[in-house]
Amino acid sequence: MSFFTQFDFSVIAPSLPFLWEGLKFTAKLTLIAMSGGIFLGTLLALARLSSITPLAMAATWYVNLMRSIPLLMVILWFFLVIPIFTGKPMGAETSAIITFTAFEAAYFSEIMRAGIQSVPRGQVFAGQAIGMTYWQTMSYVVLPQAFRNMLPILLTQTIILFQDTSLVYAIGAKDLLKAAEIAGKNYGRPLEMYVFVALVYFVVCFALSNLVKHLQSRTAIVR
Amino acid sequence: MNYHWNWGIFLQQVQSGDETYLDWLISGLGWTVSVALAAWVIALVLGSLIGTLRTVPNRWLVLLATTHVELFRNVPLLVQLLLWFFVVPEFLPRDLSLWVKQDMPAKEFVTAVICLGLFTSARVAEQVRAGIQSLSRGQKMAGLAIGFTLPQTYRYVILPMAFRIIIPPLTSEFMNIIKNSSVAFAIGVLELTFQARQMQEDSEQGIETYLAVTLLYFIVAFAANRGMALIERRTRVPGYIGGAK
Repeated sequence: MSFFTQFDFSVIAPSLPFLWEGLKFTAKLTLIAMSGGIFLGTLLALARLSSITPLAMAATWYVNLMRSIPLLMVILWFFLVIPIFTGKPMGAETSAIITFTAFEAAYFSEIMRAGIQSVPRGQVFAGQAIGMTYWQTMSYVVLPQAFRNMLPILLTQTIILFQDTSLVYAIGAKDLLKAAEIAGKNYGRPLEMYVFVALVYFVVCFALSNLVKHLQSRTAIVR
Repeated sequence: MNYHWNWGIFLQQVQSGDETYLDWLISGLGWTVSVALAAWVIALVLGSLIGTLRTVPNRWLVLLATTHVELFRNVPLLVQLLLWFFVVPEFLPRDLSLWVKQDMPAKEFVTAVICLGLFTSARVAEQVRAGIQSLSRGQKMAGLAIGFTLPQTYRYVILPMAFRIIIPPLTSEFMNIIKNSSVAFAIGVLELTFQARQMQEDSEQGIETYLAVTLLYFIVAFAANRGMALIERRTRVPGYIGGAK
């Protein structure tokens, strides 16, 4: 059996600081895209549900467009187009952050739309009846409930987002996967590095998805 | 904004040969569809089996199926692809390993199909399980009560209902597999995303290239969506919401 004896996991330890840098970027990208995506996604969901037809149509188009092309194409698009518009070259990392925020907004908006629609209509009327404006009704009555109802799904989408960040590989941004690849090349042991990052991704995602399951049973509202 | 538009680029010849850029994109489209369809077959067959096993009254089978799902769901697709391409051949017996590395025909394509198929099978399995669990317990009891064995109950009562219920989420998974096939560029499958990058570098007409490729993805996804909608209409069950009258 050649391979087990050939596998040399001692290269992992010295490359850990380097991999840590990669993981930090992956985490940063995930967190920014999650918070930005949920914020923009909520605005998109409100636009889709608004009675102003052009606004609703524009939001619908944006969401459907983003959802029907591969993320990889969106990453390449933004990387190509942003510098043409701004006239300045842009780093892969910045481009990745902008892309993921814009892309995830479309997915989060569908979740928030379902969340808003899961709130009984009477809640809106109640808000209006006590004299609240549209924004007050939304931010004090509807959105908190929608958010709570959708919390497990928002987190599940974040786990998917965390995995998808590995695609920034295509434009050469230094995330966990890219760091592992560089470290693998430096030590001449790429295979061990691939196995190791797979393990890291697995542990993080598995732990998070179990947390979601736990949360789901805790936050379920008894009606 | 300073950009030279050139919509005629698609009919121009590529720098290295006598093909046109349009030829590149069409062949890329062919590979994208082939990878997606072949992987979808694996995903459906294996996913149905695993999803069913997660509901049977046997602890070990449930554990086996759950492990499959968790394993393939919690590692990014791109990382799985690199593992299949670079690492798995090292774990095969020596002769087979050599053959895979040196002589296997269409190695990139086969690897991409296996990887994408298994990745999606975990997602399909979750949908199948959800479909089965959404049925009332009475269905299973009725099957057993009229003398079906458990496999027969699954075959004739539970699965025909469960599959009809999960057609909408399966439609999403089918469209996902088409989009996810773009990851295969990383191991050198000459699919649409690979050709897009190649054409962008070769022609330096990035916007036209990406617009065309985006349009092609759009068309494929739309066709897949309509195809599944047709199946959904054909298989409706009377008496259910959205069912035939």
